[in-house]
Amino acid sequence: MSDAFARAAMLPPQAPPVSERGAVKWVRENLFSGWLNSILTLLAVLVLYYLVTLSAPWVLHGVWNASSLTECRSIIAANHGPDAIGACWAVIHARWYQFIFGFYPFEAWWRPILDFGLMFVAMAPILFADNPRKAIIMVGAVSVLTVLALLPLGLPIWAVGLAVVLMAGLSYLSYTATAKLLWVVALYPFLSVWLLWGGPVWGMVMAMAGFGVIALVYRLLSPRLGLVMGTALGIVAAGIWWLFLAGQLAGALQSILPFGLPYVESDRFGGFLLAFVIGVSSISISLPIGILLALGRQSTMFLIRTLSVGFIEFVRGVPLITMLFTASLLLQYFLPPGNNFDLILRVVILVTLFSAAYNAEVVRGGLAALPRGQYEAADALGLDYWQSQRLIIMPQALKVSIPGIVSTFIGLFKDTTLVAFVGLLDPLLGVTKIVRADLAWKGVYWEPYIFVGAIFFVACFGMSRYSMYLEQKLKTDHV
Amino acid sequence: MAMAIETPKPGFRLGMLIYDTRFRAITIQIIVLILFLLFVAWLADNTRHNLALKGKDIDFSFLWRRAGYDIGQHLIPYSNDSTHGAAAIVGLLNTLVVAVLGCVFSTALGVVFGVLRLSKNWIVARLMTVYIEMFRNVPLLLWIILVYVILGETMPTTQDYKKSFALVADGKEPTTSMLFDNSVAVTNQSINLPAPQLARSLGSLDLGVISLNLTFLAIVAVIIASYLVNRRLRAQARMVQEATGVRPPTWWKSPLILILPIALVLWLCGLNFSFPEFGKFNFSGGISIPHPFTALMVALSLYYAAVTAEIVRSGIQAINRGQSEAAYALGLRPGRTMNLVILPQALRVIIPPMISQWLSLTKDTSLGIAVSYLDLRGTLGGITLNQTGRELECMLLMMLIYLIISLIISSVANAYNASVKLKER
Repeated sequence: MSDAFARAAMLPPQAPPVSERGAVKWVRENLFSGWLNSILTLLAVLVLYYLVTLSAPWVLHGVWNASSLTECRSIIAANHGPDAIGACWAVIHARWYQFIFGFYPFEAWWRPILDFGLMFVAMAPILFADNPRKAIIMVGAVSVLTVLALLPLGLPIWAVGLAVVLMAGLSYLSYTATAKLLWVVALYPFLSVWLLWGGPVWGMVMAMAGFGVIALVYRLLSPRLGLVMGTALGIVAAGIWWLFLAGQLAGALQSILPFGLPYVESDRFGGFLLAFVIGVSSISISLPIGILLALGRQSTMFLIRTLSVGFIEFVRGVPLITMLFTASLLLQYFLPPGNNFDLILRVVILVTLFSAAYNAEVVRGGLAALPRGQYEAADALGLDYWQSQRLIIMPQALKVSIPGIVSTFIGLFKDTTLVAFVGLLDPLLGVTKIVRADLAWKGVYWEPYIFVGAIFFVACFGMSRYSMYLEQKLKTDHV
Repeated sequence: MAMAIETPKPGFRLGMLIYDTRFRAITIQIIVLILFLLFVAWLADNTRHNLALKGKDIDFSFLWRRAGYDIGQHLIPYSNDSTHGAAAIVGLLNTLVVAVLGCVFSTALGVVFGVLRLSKNWIVARLMTVYIEMFRNVPLLLWIILVYVILGETMPTTQDYKKSFALVADGKEPTTSMLFDNSVAVTNQSINLPAPQLARSLGSLDLGVISLNLTFLAIVAVIIASYLVNRRLRAQARMVQEATGVRPPTWWKSPLILILPIALVLWLCGLNFSFPEFGKFNFSGGISIPHPFTALMVALSLYYAAVTAEIVRSGIQAINRGQSEAAYALGLRPGRTMNLVILPQALRVIIPPMISQWLSLTKDTSLGIAVSYLDLRGTLGGITLNQTGRELECMLLMMLIYLIISLIISSVANAYNASVKLKER
């Protein structure tokens, strides 16, 4: 055996040809891999070039400080020549608060801001249910941001101090006992209504106490009468409480300890504040209703199933706009004579019913995705209907349907703009119309729509990313 | 010896209505029925009281009374002397036109965009992602209004097209001229396009109740006939291919069969175009497409194209990679892989969400209210409602019509879905 021809060392690998490496390869593979791709690339570049040349000067020449559109134009003409085009962002600079708060009085702006912050605090334990670290980070960040947003309002120093103490307390609570934050979730709806609309604090407290009545009656009676009867009697007792006792008691307490916030009328709500009020309250009330409807649709009882299917299909078959017109035109016919309650409340009721039907379909999808064995296993364990729903079925079905629920919410949030057609001041139509009707800003169209669109985009895009994150996280199968 | 346990035979006790599962379902349903009936009775009673207080009754006879308002875009003969019922039908047709065209455009665009979104071409895929996210995450209403406002505020007024005496005397041209060799004019009110018209017609057949336009019928008949012949040609080609393995060329026969007869009929009838021309005050001739329609159409198509693109993308991605790899292994080119292997399978995933998109598009045509497009909501639920003051009747009728449209679409689409569904045994 001779090893004269064997190489002692391996040859170093040769570098790939220029066309097969680095940027050239990337361009060849990603942009010019065939004649069709080359044409597409060229077309895309053309479109991009067109868009950039059209919009870049407009954006770059933008004016932020001016008192009217004519002033804007004269500034642009002075700086960039008479034919230059430019954005007049000054309209946003001058009117941004109307897009956010509508006509909500300036001295009460701290209430929606605080409310918005508390909303995220209340959402943190739900959004990051299995990841307390993220929940803590979120609560901390929201607390800091809320206090920062309150600072420029010129509030008295003790009020700011109070807010700092409140938010710091919540952050501390989230740090020491994240599960306790769920109490904030329970308190939040009442607190939010009180903060936004104002009025004596005792009304809110008494309304909350009604749920305490339910819990008390349930505790006392359910060992003897069973779960269903206990809950039913609790609800009856709470109904009596709300209808007859709560109002008088609140009045009495108010006369002893007068404490409250000044009222803010519903017609002063507007802009994104209104969109959030309608969106958040509708989706949170509609979710339990939607779950019940989905269960009703799966029920073996003919009547319950028929009613659920009828409701769901009816609501899903008509446009939201007709539901809104029902709120503004027809609800007064269906309710007892002489009723004339708040338009926002009427819209919230109808939008809630609307999204309940959509949520029901999403939850039904989640229920359908569960294997039959889960139901049978729950039955085999001897659990009754509500126990098996609560302990076995719903935790799994809801997990599957969370992305769908989030996308329902995104759709609903975008659809809150439609309330403009029944005379509410939504950010898109209502407020923009008012701003564009101002003589100083007549003729401005791109800027307000871009501003409103950008806020909607940030909110909806963020939510859809969150839902994708959830989808990834909840994927427990191994595919 | 084991004895069968004597089952106790208790008599019926009242508690069994709640605690015995055999009776509980009936108890619950009866209670629910009673509550439901009470609720309905309560609503009906309230309605009766409220109507009595306002001195109104429930009466649909207003549908046969004179409407007294004009509708710019009407597909059937309509004038302000027509009835409210006719106005409602005109509105319904306007709704359907936007819905059908919107579904067609958005689906066609959406499929293309969805495929492009998955393209290997980096820049095209990014561009499509930006487009899709931008349209999906902003309210549809914003796009409708934006298109409308831009068309209304940036386009020249009708007067800019006018060749006034002053201009002629100065030897000047009007500030704006028409596009595409004087055939298209865009004003701040409408887009004026050339309209096809026939010089000779075959007359119409009067059947007493309705009169049939024979020209129209002839054109439809020719189109259907050439479609059937073309289908037969392709079926024959496939038979030959399956028998011999060689497919006879059809690529030039198919277009010939499809296009030539209809072109011949149109030529015989003397097809020509009437161009929009500037008269004294406004354009005459041609078709005038009002901006509300355009804005609604464009916004609906683009918005739902973005939604459809996402559906198509997820449908394509749901197909196992092995399928396309197998197709490549068989030597199919990427285009044919897409057409013959991926898309037919992806369609099964795509169709159910697509149905619900078509449904929402149809319902969202009611957003035409933002640009005063006179659709069903604009006529029956808008002007008629305001003129007659019959909120209850108009709203109920309108909701019922929307409901029927939705149910028809979903049942047709579900039937189609059932026909393409994977047949499982």
